[in-house]
Amino acid sequence: MAPAVELRSAVALLGRFPALAGVDLRVETGEALLVQGPNGAGKTSVLRACAGLLAVVGGEACVLGHDLRRDRRAVRRRVGLVGHAGFLYDDLTVADNVRFAVRASGADVAGVGPALARLDLDGRLETVLVGRLSAGQRRRVSLAVLVARRPALWLLDEPHASLDGEGRDVVDDLVRGAVAEGATVVFASHESDRAVNLASRTVRMAGGRVVPDAAVEPVATAGREAVGVA
Amino acid sequence: MSSPTAPAAAGATGLLGAAAVLALGATVVLGLGLPPTEEQGTYARLIAIHPPLAWAAYLAFGVTGVASALWLWRRTRAPRFDRLAAASAEIGVVFCALTLVTGSIWGRPTWGVWWTWDARLTSTALLLALFLGYLALRRVGGPIDVRARRSAVAALIAVADVPLVHYSVEWWRTLHQDRSLRLPESDLDGAYTAVMLLGFVAMTLCYGWLLVQRCRAERLEEEGELAGLNAALAARRAEVPAAEPAPAPAASLP
Amino acid sequence: MWRDALLVAGKDLRIEARSRVASNQVAPFAVLVLVLFGLALDPDRGVLERASAGLFWVAVLFASVLAVQRSFTIETGDGARDGLRLSGLDPGGIFLGKTAAVVVQLLALEVLLAVGIVLLYGADLGRAAMVAASAAAATVGLAAAGTVYAGVAAGLRVRETLLPLLMLPVAAPVLLGATRAWEVAMGVSVDDGWRWVQLLAVFAAVYLALGVAAFGTLLEES
Repeated sequence: MAPAVELRSAVALLGRFPALAGVDLRVETGEALLVQGPNGAGKTSVLRACAGLLAVVGGEACVLGHDLRRDRRAVRRRVGLVGHAGFLYDDLTVADNVRFAVRASGADVAGVGPALARLDLDGRLETVLVGRLSAGQRRRVSLAVLVARRPALWLLDEPHASLDGEGRDVVDDLVRGAVAEGATVVFASHESDRAVNLASRTVRMAGGRVVPDAAVEPVATAGREAVGVA
Repeated sequence: MSSPTAPAAAGATGLLGAAAVLALGATVVLGLGLPPTEEQGTYARLIAIHPPLAWAAYLAFGVTGVASALWLWRRTRAPRFDRLAAASAEIGVVFCALTLVTGSIWGRPTWGVWWTWDARLTSTALLLALFLGYLALRRVGGPIDVRARRSAVAALIAVADVPLVHYSVEWWRTLHQDRSLRLPESDLDGAYTAVMLLGFVAMTLCYGWLLVQRCRAERLEEEGELAGLNAALAARRAEVPAAEPAPAPAASLP
Repeated sequence: MWRDALLVAGKDLRIEARSRVASNQVAPFAVLVLVLFGLALDPDRGVLERASAGLFWVAVLFASVLAVQRSFTIETGDGARDGLRLSGLDPGGIFLGKTAAVVVQLLALEVLLAVGIVLLYGADLGRAAMVAASAAAATVGLAAAGTVYAGVAAGLRVRETLLPLLMLPVAAPVLLGATRAWEVAMGVSVDDGWRWVQLLAVFAAVYLALGVAAFGTLLEES
């Protein structure tokens, strides 16, 4: 079966800065892949590149069968990204935001209600303007969008950030649920223990590249970075 | 990335420059030698350079538009078109401003006003505003490809506007008796026309030469930036500290 | 594309309904401009009445810069512009939707300002057909050209000062055309008003087409 994500020596630029300096990555359908690495390693960039937001200018990049170097736009409807920014409109209510995102991607609007319920956003919060929400609540709205849209590839950038313990459990549930439904999940996280137990596989990134590990190990000993041989 | 035909190109450019200077000089000399007319006096001699300047300004604008279109169309996209568009716009601004200045100088002694709201002069003034907007946009654009994209779209929008501006201003001014900067009625032996045509040639040559120079300067600037990018790429890869030489093969992950 | 346009237009108008920027800030600003013109040009000498078409359209022009600016500011909060790209909406549809939302807001404003010039300047808007047709064509043209330029300037730090510089020269034919058509409608001048309406319609068509074609490329940079 074709992999959900296949990147080979992918290079992506942020202005003149090479955010991705030759990434090799292959994610099979149905995997839950954890991307670890220090700040500035390129974790966010690799997620954005897979979402078709960051242009890949070198190497090969293929996501869900779409060649990202030729057309970045087509893949976006099939991919869901939850990042640091919420991609939400402050002047619209929670329900409005989710409904708009769902309609925009062509998904079924009927999924909005259950998605809001799953993230505990139904009831009072449904009609609150997003601008008035806390960071954690906004994160939940972004996740609700994802749940309602049911994309084939989930890209989560620090999904546990700004959530309390209960919220983090919900995220874990969502990820497991998505994988159970056949979606693929790639997420970047600093939360080693929780994230690693969630993931079926882990990769590390540094300096804009994926660092090949010998085997899947939970937590690398501090200060030890393997060098990828070019 | 320097052109393999560099010496030949340099020679051709030099020739172009010499031709431009010669033609311009001839225009000025002959223009000054033209006899004055009854209605507009000696200032009618500005016809030798005023319409040619306007022509060069519109030519520059047209080149910017075409270059922008070529850049936007994927199949012909190349950095040199972006550079060409920018260079042409910079030169065009100069010609445009000179057009307005000569037009103003022409009008002043004849009708006593600095600005006659002549249809073509007003259109040219709006053209200058469009140019300035384009250049202002380029100055704040950001990284090269982002700037190129925005500028190209802005240029095409502006080019689409030119005929609309022309017609609207033209219709507007024909409602009033216009004091127009036109060719004098009595044209002795077509002398005025002849010098004006020479002026057209001269201005076109000048534009061409300036364009080549400006493009060259821009290309050198961008080559410098490309070298900087390669250095940044290397530095980024070196970020990962070499703890120990890893014996593992560089295969992609399973 | 049309479905996406409707969706985006609805979203923009809903945001406007919630935040009320156009009604609370842009409209008062435009009315203020009319009043200021009245202060600057002595009302007693009939100058205002003769110039009212031109002053109206200048006020609308300024307001349109603000309206178009606002249309894009709502997209930059909290990375929503990325969200727009991520949504997978057709860029041409996004352009048309945004333009449509601006048109609706501007038309509402124009009704208000028309009342304004009748009250403040004593203008006489006689021929309703020409008034309406020229206003409609002019507004669509302004909104389309403005939205494209706002897209060009979007995300730049200096966009507040850059956008008027970019947009106003391009809008010159609209100012000319709309003013002349209204002057004919008000009986202030004798001219073929309908050829101006045609010019405005051509302007609108050109910029709608340009916008749909170019918006995809504009939205693309990171």
